[in-house]
Amino acid sequence: MGLLSKKDANLILDPLLDNNPITIQVLGICSALAITAQLKAAIVMAVSVMFVLAMGNVVISLLRNIIPSKIRIIVQLVVVAALVILVDLVLKAFAYELSKQLSVFVGLIITNCIIMGRFEAFALANKPWRSFLDGIGNSLGYGLILVIVGFFRELLGSGTLLGFKVLGDPIEKTGVYAFGYENNGFMLLSPMALIIVGLIIWVQRSRNTSLIEDE
Amino acid sequence: MGMKQKLDTLKKKYEGTKMQTTFSALHTFLYTPNETTSSGSHIRVVDDLKRTMNMVVLAMVPVLIFGIFNTGYQHYLALGEIQRASSGFFSPEFWSWNNFSIGAMAVLPLVIVSYVVGLGIEFIFATINKHEVEEGYLVTGMLVPLIVPVDIPIWMLIVAVAFGVVIGKEVFGGTGMNILNPALTIRAFLFFAYPTWMSGDKVWVLGARAMEGQPDAISGETILGALAQGNEMTHSVMDMFYGFIPGSVGETSTLLILCAGIFLIYTKIASWRIMLSAVIGALVMGLIFNWIATTGWIAETNSFYGLMSTTYWHHLLIGGLAFGIVYMATDPVTASQTNKGKWIYGFLIGFMAVMIRVFNPAYPEGAMLAILLMNVFAPTIDHFVIQGNIKRRMKRLKVKTN
Repeated sequence: MGLLSKKDANLILDPLLDNNPITIQVLGICSALAITAQLKAAIVMAVSVMFVLAMGNVVISLLRNIIPSKIRIIVQLVVVAALVILVDLVLKAFAYELSKQLSVFVGLIITNCIIMGRFEAFALANKPWRSFLDGIGNSLGYGLILVIVGFFRELLGSGTLLGFKVLGDPIEKTGVYAFGYENNGFMLLSPMALIIVGLIIWVQRSRNTSLIEDE
Repeated sequence: MGMKQKLDTLKKKYEGTKMQTTFSALHTFLYTPNETTSSGSHIRVVDDLKRTMNMVVLAMVPVLIFGIFNTGYQHYLALGEIQRASSGFFSPEFWSWNNFSIGAMAVLPLVIVSYVVGLGIEFIFATINKHEVEEGYLVTGMLVPLIVPVDIPIWMLIVAVAFGVVIGKEVFGGTGMNILNPALTIRAFLFFAYPTWMSGDKVWVLGARAMEGQPDAISGETILGALAQGNEMTHSVMDMFYGFIPGSVGETSTLLILCAGIFLIYTKIASWRIMLSAVIGALVMGLIFNWIATTGWIAETNSFYGLMSTTYWHHLLIGGLAFGIVYMATDPVTASQTNKGKWIYGFLIGFMAVMIRVFNPAYPEGAMLAILLMNVFAPTIDHFVIQGNIKRRMKRLKVKTN
């Protein structure tokens, strides 16, 4: 890593695996369940959260010495709300269909626990550049899980990926549908997202046993 | 050298290797193991896990055989090749070789697939986790083919069994640790994943799905499905009791299920408290709905009216309620453990099953969802029963000490 020092690089790499916000800290689960039925929506959500988290972290970090600690939550909310409104308006202007599909969940980025969590835990105590990297790292970790879940849910639930019919046409019975394959309707329901996240946690913990808590 | 000695030596040979669990599983399945506990005092009883499971499987055999005959009977009846069974339970129209042979061709693959896939996963997990292979799947593997529509494609069953055994059971630690009944987890998975294969009027009769759209297409609605649509019931009450009706493979014959229930209670395998209270729960809910229907609060055109006005005790004869109560609600792992808890648990299963049935025509099988729901609540019920007991005894203690 020539660009970043080792310490800085860890800010990005840690949240991807061993300190993943979804699978290890179990934050931001709600949106991971709600919008992952389509891969495209999952990606847009991940990018939106990345923008909000990285920018928010920088703003909070810049303000960290002048925010009175008593009202810091309010200030954080104002910052995150402003950024989310920005994202929402951009989506409405340039990707109206997607914004309708994501419906309230763009607005609900405000309540995404990851964002407030990183503001509190990191941005309030670190310099802007490091906060920015932390925001990027955590939203990448969040996005990674979203994309994995979205990939399996869209592939197995609708037989498509990003809208392309990769498994053939279910109505005209081409591709795998010719052999009697059918889409798994359960994949489109939220419980299955929870189960996929659970499976990811399972794989992660059996690869790295130090993550398992002592009983 | 007998088979037992051969297995004993084979077991010694594989001791400490990866295959140990697999071999000792086969060994204990066939014979009593040759090592017994030698020190300390132990209560010795014959009804170990294997014996218990085998008894339940035994109780399911008549239902399975009936299901095979019924599959053929419904098939030929829908095709119009035979007459409706007319002379009671032992009607020759029903117990014919033709019915049996076509039914066996359809049902036995389901049984085999269910066992091969489920036990395969069980063996793999036992080898990885280095624990004994438990007999728990013997019952689940038999239940699964009995609670699915006969026309279900084999690959769907494979996916569902794999899902149910891994997610429903192994992640919790295998036999005895599961929260949800594995067989019902498998059915619930099928139901939500492939609803077109699990409901409607085309899946309950063998071959109906394949002939869809043809001029000689056949159909067979379950009674629940018909009632939910507000259609007239075309089967007599005795038909429903004997089980000459379309439905999942093994769930139709209330008569045989009743016999099996008595057998399981007599051998003390299943809890009579759960069975009795579940029946009471279903009857109470049925009576409440009957009463609502007679007061005229809901119009006859209302979509709930058909099922709500069904005579209350008919609920026990139609759908999978009786099957669920006898074989699945009584699963000792997922049911409540305390005696008082069993009454509450059973009652709520019957109550909810009829309620879900009536209020949600999209989920005509309420028994499945009711049992799964109560599986989740069983530990909570136990907790409150135990806490209540502790509180009462503490009070008694206080009165004494004062």
